[in-house]
Amino acid sequence: MRTTTGAHYGLRDWIFQRITAVVMAVYTVIVVGALFFGIHDTAARWHAFFAFGPIKFLTFLFAMCLCYHAWIGIRDIWMDYVKPVWVRLTLHSLTLLALLGYAGWCLEILWRL
Amino acid sequence: MAVSRSNPPVRRSRPKFLDLTAIRLPLAGFVSILHRVSGSLLFLALPALIGMFALSLESPAGFERAGQLIRQPMIGIPLFGLAWAYLHHFCAGIRFLLLDMHIGLDKEGARKSAVAVLVVSLLLTALLALKLLGVF
Repeated sequence: MRTTTGAHYGLRDWIFQRITAVVMAVYTVIVVGALFFGIHDTAARWHAFFAFGPIKFLTFLFAMCLCYHAWIGIRDIWMDYVKPVWVRLTLHSLTLLALLGYAGWCLEILWRL
Repeated sequence: MAVSRSNPPVRRSRPKFLDLTAIRLPLAGFVSILHRVSGSLLFLALPALIGMFALSLESPAGFERAGQLIRQPMIGIPLFGLAWAYLHHFCAGIRFLLLDMHIGLDKEGARKSAVAVLVVSLLLTALLALKLLGVF
């Protein structure tokens, strides 16, 4: 019988976990650097920073990478500690659905800027 | 050592020593576990973090409200705990990427980088907390 849950595609996810990590790390350095230029000083500056095209684009990328990265990481945790197939399948599904919802939410926030 | 398919390795009875209270975890192991712990904390906190982000960008009033919220100890302290989780995950992640590239694989190097991760992530958290609270 084929296994119902599991990665099946270890190498691809291993690589994507690292690519998404690098994207997020670069974004983090940009935003933390920007904090030292006072983007959080006023509501207007804060809004202007995230509404600025390239930053908006990068923030969107960051959110998508975060969701994919979290999916791989959390799935690995379930696979390590949860053995019964149905429990694991349920947790995998809930994790995936939650992350899809969060991705949509982030898109909505950025869309309105 | 190659293991052929037709001759499975002989199972030797190995000593088992899984008294977790007696095992002294090396610092690198500690960093590794914290990487997982910080990652799961961040995942669990995602709705709160995205909510806070949304609030801060919603309107000038929302921005002020978010600013007030992070100054309340009941919210601010857990939030800075999450900032630590993020920065630890960031630093430990960079360490793992370097290890993937076979940098710092020796015992002493791995130990030093583990210490660096623990120290640097705490320092960065303190710095960020002071910055966001407007101390400097």
